[in-house]
Amino acid sequence: MDLISDLANLTNSTLVFATALIFGAMGGLFSERSGVFNIGLEGMMTGGAFAAAIATWYAEKAGYGGASPWLGLLAGIVCGVLFSLLLALASVTLKANQAIVGVVINILAAAITLYLVKIIFNGAGDTDILNEVFSKWAIPGLSDIPFFGKALFNTYPTTYMAYILVPLCSYILFKTPFGLRLRSVGEHPGASDTVGISVTKYRYIGVIISGVLAGIGGAAITLTTTGNFSHSTVSGQGFIALAAMIFGRWSPWGVFGATFFFGMAQALRNFIKLYDWSAHIPMEFLYMLPYLLTLLVLAGAVGKGVKGPAAAGEPYDPSKR
Amino acid sequence: MEQAVPVVELRGITKRFPGIVANDNISLQLRKGEIHALLGENGAGKSTLMSILFGLYQPDEGEIYVNGSREIIDGPGKAIKLGIGMVHQHFKLVQNFTVAENIVLGIEPRRGFSINYRQAHRKVSELSEQYGLKVDPKVQIQDITVGMQQRVEILKTLYRGAEILIFDEPTAVLTVQEIHELMQILRNLAAEGKSIILITHKLKEIMEVSDRVTVIRRGRVIDTLTTSETNESELAEKMVGRRVSFQLDKEKREPGPTLLQVNHLTLRGSDKGRNVLTDVSFEIRAGEIYGLAGVDGNGQHELVDAITGLRPIESGSVVLGGVDLTRKSVRDRMSAGVAQIPEDRQKQGLVLDFKVSENMVLTTYKDSRFGRGGFIDEKAINEHASKLVGEFDVRTAGIHVPMRSLSGGNQQKAIIARELTRDPQLLIAVQPTRGLDIGAIEFVHERLLQAKNEGKAILLISYELDELYKMSDRIAVIFDGQIMGELDSEEVDDEKLGLMMSGNRLKGEGGGAA
Repeated sequence: MDLISDLANLTNSTLVFATALIFGAMGGLFSERSGVFNIGLEGMMTGGAFAAAIATWYAEKAGYGGASPWLGLLAGIVCGVLFSLLLALASVTLKANQAIVGVVINILAAAITLYLVKIIFNGAGDTDILNEVFSKWAIPGLSDIPFFGKALFNTYPTTYMAYILVPLCSYILFKTPFGLRLRSVGEHPGASDTVGISVTKYRYIGVIISGVLAGIGGAAITLTTTGNFSHSTVSGQGFIALAAMIFGRWSPWGVFGATFFFGMAQALRNFIKLYDWSAHIPMEFLYMLPYLLTLLVLAGAVGKGVKGPAAAGEPYDPSKR
Repeated sequence: MEQAVPVVELRGITKRFPGIVANDNISLQLRKGEIHALLGENGAGKSTLMSILFGLYQPDEGEIYVNGSREIIDGPGKAIKLGIGMVHQHFKLVQNFTVAENIVLGIEPRRGFSINYRQAHRKVSELSEQYGLKVDPKVQIQDITVGMQQRVEILKTLYRGAEILIFDEPTAVLTVQEIHELMQILRNLAAEGKSIILITHKLKEIMEVSDRVTVIRRGRVIDTLTTSETNESELAEKMVGRRVSFQLDKEKREPGPTLLQVNHLTLRGSDKGRNVLTDVSFEIRAGEIYGLAGVDGNGQHELVDAITGLRPIESGSVVLGGVDLTRKSVRDRMSAGVAQIPEDRQKQGLVLDFKVSENMVLTTYKDSRFGRGGFIDEKAINEHASKLVGEFDVRTAGIHVPMRSLSGGNQQKAIIARELTRDPQLLIAVQPTRGLDIGAIEFVHERLLQAKNEGKAILLISYELDELYKMSDRIAVIFDGQIMGELDSEEVDDEKLGLMMSGNRLKGEGGGAA
């Protein structure tokens, strides 16, 4: 194996791992830009991963063949949205503490998915391995480009979607009236309210988009990297996505850079195994790497006074307008 | 004079909040092209009334007519549609958006799916020229002055086609120069045919710019007058409900023994660089008000912190009634009789989300009167708070509502009530009438004089010379952390103070302790 080819493989694998994080972090971005903390990202991704596995499994059995993972993806979205509605209802309509609601969603998702898996699979802690998952698509022409073809254009459909998602989010947030209004609600809801923009409506939209994207993120894990669902499928990637959102300073391109970084931390543990000397490093350390980096990055970023949307975390109270 | 249909007519508006009637059967007519001032003390109900007109609150009773037809204004969106715009006292601007983004927010010009920024910038520039409201569309709000932010707020309403503009206390945050500009802007807008409601409690501004005045007191309309046919003292009387003396009778009496001694106080800046206070010495006697003049930022805050013990001093001493406080903690100093009316009552003097009753014992809760063995005696606290609220006429819906719900003047009254009933030896009052209306200012001044007559030593720090003239027995000037000189109130004049305030030491007789 030559170095160029190794690096292309590493990049490819980094982007596959980063895919779930990109969707998750963009989800967090929309929620927080509208002024609602989304600690529940982990739960929403867990919900997405679970629903994708179950729906794909049933679709497979029903004979949908190659369409099954797509149905799974759709189910992931629906489940993500359901959890996001819970967050929106509690924190926007009922003005509950957003951090607590998020934590509750995480606990609820972890518990309810495992419970349902046990019911459906006769007491087993994980689903059967899925046969019909996404496979890598090589884009004709583009995939023949040296290095880049292998690194970027021979990958899963969800990763291609992530490529499009980043510029799309950037455009929506910073170039469209919708984005301007969404951000205004997250920065100074009183300003939005007094020019006739409904704070409630835009926060609901922000949170629901968050659910859609987190649902896809979770589904992407099931349908590309693990191939089934268990309690450890998501295993903190929602939190890593949150960290990536903060590290990326709440901007889509910044978030992309951050998710690439965290994705690489996950990809490295498989990559390093290819080398003989890796036998000297305990595997536990490599598995620790993404979480360790998250910790370091957050300590560094928070220390430097990185600030999110000004009104994030606070229920809007018109009387304090 | 027979007038066409008024552009806005409020009929019998009543709005109740828990425990209080904010607006009581208020009727008001706004004519086209006039500047109509809405005068009233803090908490009189002016802002509530205008919030109703702008759709932020719904009235409990009453009707609103805009250009002759009855309207239900169920939100700001509806108000904007009816051509009503509001320039809020606390600006509604997104700090990290540009001027243009703030102005077009909600009705953005588009090209395809995108915001048409070029058109937005052009439209903002056009409007800004048309009304003489200078702004740069491309800079962020956080980088511009308060005066310019206000112009952005005005442009926001004009961009939405407002014909009726409500200004809520627009001069509260402006400098003298900016106030001057704003008055001109108001005249221009009225000349262009806009109808303006100006909420204020500043009589000078009303006399200068308005055509008519409606006076509101405790939620009721007292009168509507033509400005040219009235004068400041008549308006003040209607607003407050009794005769207001602009002159206080300062009893001339011989002060008692020296209470506070500040000796050679030196304090280094937080950056460990230069001194923020250098060799400051002065004395205040019992029954004396000692005024400290000076431009903001010349060491006043540091001096207060040094006396109250909030900041450690480099050298020097603070002695109160013969007791050396220099090494004492803040609490010990308070028990020794130091009381303070802080400059920023919302940040330093009160906990806004605590109840009124709790705020009333913030400096005394450790007293055996209010609790025993680490437990708080709620009944005693409530009784104490009720007594204070009654005695000092703090207008509140009750002692169990959060302090936040009180108006600024009543919050200040609460602090004064709390501090004075502790019976301190020394009262430090920093800008005690800042942002208050006439009635409240009068109240504060009366209470300070009363405290003086009771033999307390009072250190009055103010940036308003009129207040210092009116209240003080002696006036000193602080500049760059040093006392420039000290004058008896009889020998004080603008010129002498002005010279000292710009850093010239007083020569000859009466030279201060510096």
